[in-house]
Amino acid sequence: MKKAAGKTKINPDAGKINQVLAKYKGNKGALIPALQEVQVALGFLSQDSLRAISQGLAIPLSQIYGVATFYTQFRLKPIGQHLVRVCHGTACHVGGAEKVSAAIEAGLGVRDGETTADGKFTVESVACLGCCSLAPVMMVDNDTFGRLTPESAIKAVKEY
Amino acid sequence: MKKATSKTLPKKKAVKKPAAPDYRIVVGLGSCGIAAGGHKVKAALMENLKKAKLNLQVSDTGCVGMCYSEVLLDVHDKHGQVYTYGNMTPDRMPRFVDEHLAKGQPVADWLVKASDRALPDDSFYAKQKRIVLRNCGQMDPEKIEDYMAHGGYQALGKALKKMTQDEVIKEVLDSGLRGRGGAGFPTGRKWQFARGSKGDKKYIVCNGDEGDPGAFMDRSVLEGDPHNVLEGMLIAGYAIGADEGYFYVRAEYPLAVERIKMAIEQAKKRGFLGKNIMGTKFSFEMKIKEGAGAFVCGEETALMASIEGQRGMPRLRPPFPAVSGLWGKPTNINNVETFANVPWIILNGAAAFASLGTEKSKGSKVFALAGKIARGGLVEVPMGITINEIIHEVGGGIKDGRTFKAVQMGGPSGGCIPAALGNTIVDYDSVGQTGAIMGSGGMVVMDDTTCMVDIARFFLDFTQKESCGKCTFCRVGTKRMLEILERITKGQGREGDIELLLELAEKIKISSLCGLGQTAPNPVLTTVKYFRQEYEAHIRDKQCPAHSCKELLKYEIIPEKCIGCTACARVCPVTSISGQVKKPHVIDQETCIKCGNCVAKCKFDAIKVR
Repeated sequence: MKKAAGKTKINPDAGKINQVLAKYKGNKGALIPALQEVQVALGFLSQDSLRAISQGLAIPLSQIYGVATFYTQFRLKPIGQHLVRVCHGTACHVGGAEKVSAAIEAGLGVRDGETTADGKFTVESVACLGCCSLAPVMMVDNDTFGRLTPESAIKAVKEY
Repeated sequence: MKKATSKTLPKKKAVKKPAAPDYRIVVGLGSCGIAAGGHKVKAALMENLKKAKLNLQVSDTGCVGMCYSEVLLDVHDKHGQVYTYGNMTPDRMPRFVDEHLAKGQPVADWLVKASDRALPDDSFYAKQKRIVLRNCGQMDPEKIEDYMAHGGYQALGKALKKMTQDEVIKEVLDSGLRGRGGAGFPTGRKWQFARGSKGDKKYIVCNGDEGDPGAFMDRSVLEGDPHNVLEGMLIAGYAIGADEGYFYVRAEYPLAVERIKMAIEQAKKRGFLGKNIMGTKFSFEMKIKEGAGAFVCGEETALMASIEGQRGMPRLRPPFPAVSGLWGKPTNINNVETFANVPWIILNGAAAFASLGTEKSKGSKVFALAGKIARGGLVEVPMGITINEIIHEVGGGIKDGRTFKAVQMGGPSGGCIPAALGNTIVDYDSVGQTGAIMGSGGMVVMDDTTCMVDIARFFLDFTQKESCGKCTFCRVGTKRMLEILERITKGQGREGDIELLLELAEKIKISSLCGLGQTAPNPVLTTVKYFRQEYEAHIRDKQCPAHSCKELLKYEIIPEKCIGCTACARVCPVTSISGQVKKPHVIDQETCIKCGNCVAKCKFDAIKVR
């Protein structure tokens, strides 16, 4: 889909959204997978995309907003280039996750949930990544890092 | 369309059998193996092998359970010996390739398990009994051929061709298998209800929404042996008369999702999924749904709402899912581990399963050992073993030689069992009597540096965030409990706080609709029950006996021990430490942020924490 005609006002995201909608139209239980795929395509769920999904799947916008704000996976704001998720599960908590978070937040100059000014990193605390035996753990995008110390954590992040 | 030939099987090359390899090398690439650097180790291995020109085969496997010594690497030689190397790094590859593969001399220092010798870590396996995990780490989870070579899909064949639906249910009922998600409801009974429900359409759902922080059993099973779970679901589908199934898996487990998708495709190609499975009248379709991050979706009615595309909020039962579940149709929901037991039971018989365990809890249970334990990982033990045996024998005791204080079982719904009750046996009823629950299998071990009030606060923080908001007592009550606990851990606790916590706990328990709310106060109730003196120390003396609650700590330099090396002053981020070189230093209590950097840096043990 590389036509992208210069003059038309078509939202560049519309193509991606329509692809997802075409796949799920008429399927029962389609809302959550549709939201997930649109988020993968756009990086977040924009207001426009929620409206398009509402029309495409014939589900009221209010209901879609309800679902999108219920689940922690969905984000209504764009995120940085890399997503740093610091695990705060039980084993990580016992193993010093708070110090890991503090080091990353200090090193990048942001607080939990925020994005760095240059738009490179978004930092977020999450409940459990399921790598408890390697606690404390974090994920940067899809890479997992285990047995962290505050120093090794910020070092690994800065290599991105 | 290109010319349609009759369905061709995947291309068969003119087979010229290569000589059997001298070595088969298997790299552990479960999530933990990858997190520890498994891919880097494999890349370094391949690089070193290029130079070596050896006749061998390299493959991947899932989690074998020894997560504490990841990255793991197995070598199978042509004489049938198996060697497991632990803590492998890319740097170790040249020596490994040279000594073991080229010269045939295993590198003894790095072995953690070997079939030709005894090693200290053998005690990790001595008391284990592997049913659910029987294939995990033993085969390539991405190859259905491997699963079939390990007896895979034979149980399905036996059920479909030699047993009636009722016979399958009776076998599961007789085995004594109880739901491994935590509640422990007899699986056979659940199947009976679903089978007895009238309906033109029925569903099977696999609950893989493993949300308990500190638990990773289901992830490892789905990553390490996805076909086993799939086969269990198919047998359940046949037994209750369902023709459609859903895998509901956490989105935080991308590797598990990928491997299930792969398993579904492979099973379809082999005719284990689809129409007229194995030439019988039984047909079954399988779908996968990724969760979107909500702990409450582990509750079965919330999970179904989520599959239907709604907010995952529980509803009142009855009607139970067996009567009216997914889209109003009879539905049977079981946990990953429950399904993973089923093929083994069908193949080996109910009696073999029931011969393990205690009177009311049969078979084995998988536990995820984590926290302050020497050998953290995935273990499967027969029911009836004691907590002490798991922690001290299988788990190798407490890390860094510290003291065992408590073990947290059952996650946010469970509780802390103190070391004094370490002889409690692992079965649903005995664990339940302590105030904790068996739960899905998370076991987070705590030592003397863990503050029990802080642990209670940690869990309430979790449940408070994860409460769906439907029931007032859960929504508001957990918030109020959290506020009290936060106050206590900050040194602002008041007389009467403990009583207030207990009162709220009782109200939340009786006024919540689902398991999340009913069990949310458990972490507080058990810590108050067994560690009340710690609460009192926080409230009355403004002290944290475990030296964990930051705001109650006081860092002081002992003048007699301080030699004035200035190391502490240099690492203090807020320049609160002053003093002249070679003279005792002082910490300014007003500006100290209690980060602990100075203690970590001091080589003379001159900083006291109170």
